Amino acid sequence: MTATLEAPETKAGAIPSFEVTLRVRRYNPESEHGEESFWDEYTVTAHGTDRVLDALHKIKWEHDGSLTFRRSCAHGVCGSDAMRINGRNRLACKTLLKDVNPDKPITVEPIKGLPVVKDLVVDMEPFFASYREIMPFLITNGNEPTKERIQSPEDRARFDDTTKCILCAACTSSCPVFWTDGQYFGPAAIVNAHRFIFDSRDEGAQQRLEILNDKEGVWRCRTTFNCTEACPRGIEVTKAIQEVKRAMITRAF
Amino acid sequence: MWSWVAHRVTGVLIFFFLLVHVLDTALVRVSPEAYNAVIGTYQTPIMGLGEAGLVAAIVFHAFNGLRIILVDFWAKGPKYQRVMLWVVLGLFAVTMAGFLPRHLMNVFGGGH
Repeated sequence: MTATLEAPETKAGAIPSFEVTLRVRRYNPESEHGEESFWDEYTVTAHGTDRVLDALHKIKWEHDGSLTFRRSCAHGVCGSDAMRINGRNRLACKTLLKDVNPDKPITVEPIKGLPVVKDLVVDMEPFFASYREIMPFLITNGNEPTKERIQSPEDRARFDDTTKCILCAACTSSCPVFWTDGQYFGPAAIVNAHRFIFDSRDEGAQQRLEILNDKEGVWRCRTTFNCTEACPRGIEVTKAIQEVKRAMITRAF
Repeated sequence: MWSWVAHRVTGVLIFFFLLVHVLDTALVRVSPEAYNAVIGTYQTPIMGLGEAGLVAAIVFHAFNGLRIILVDFWAKGPKYQRVMLWVVLGLFAVTMAGFLPRHLMNVFGGGH
């Protein structure tokens, strides 16, 4: 995608830039728009290495200071800036503008299924409530060992994929089941339960399986694979959910 | 996601067909003449196209249902779900290619 690099008359050493338009879904109950959400369009100058987050920064810093979004580390580690960009859930800080076709306006919306607080900021509390419910911490019985808890590389590899989660909610808010049923635990909570259920050092698997064997637990999953496609960390989310489902069936008998 | 949407839509269509099918078949217990009259109204090209759609819905629902079972119970299912979707669509195309010409000849060829 070098087609966006233009302007041959620029001086040697000048960094080629291009214009990009962002259509941002805005919501601000304190503005004259009231409870109605609306679209705002901004055109900013961007460079080939700019990500969607850079364009949003430029809008906020140079065009419209009222634009509100979350971001913290801005490098794909903290998981604050999951957004719906061109209809797909991604991290704004990991999405290069030139990878989402900057020739056409790029739509940026808040992630779906969670209540919008303002503009691109959603209330993450229901998401974290499900996360807390699966007890995302080590559960053990008996005396504590005097040394570290030893684990073989094979045992560690068993749940390696699900340790990568950054709790950005891109998976949960891409799930059509979660859109219509906010009570569903959601892929992220199940992924983090998977991380402990299959950990050889952990002894709380039975409790977690019982929690997820709920009407709103893993059985709500309809294997649409939206979560696997949305995950910015490349976690095979649906596979993890299926493994939890199978563990429930095989360990119960 | 769209394979899931299509699975739902075809499922609902098949359900309504079964509902109507149970009703019209039950008519034979009411009176054979009424049954014949109702079945007679089905012998139109529009109904013929409807039958083609019904077969298409059932074929997709059946093959995709097998794919979902494999995703659920085969350890490598989630990994190969996309490949399996293409297999489903391939089998669907092959089955419909075998069925449609024969069926449409019956509907529009007039030879019963």
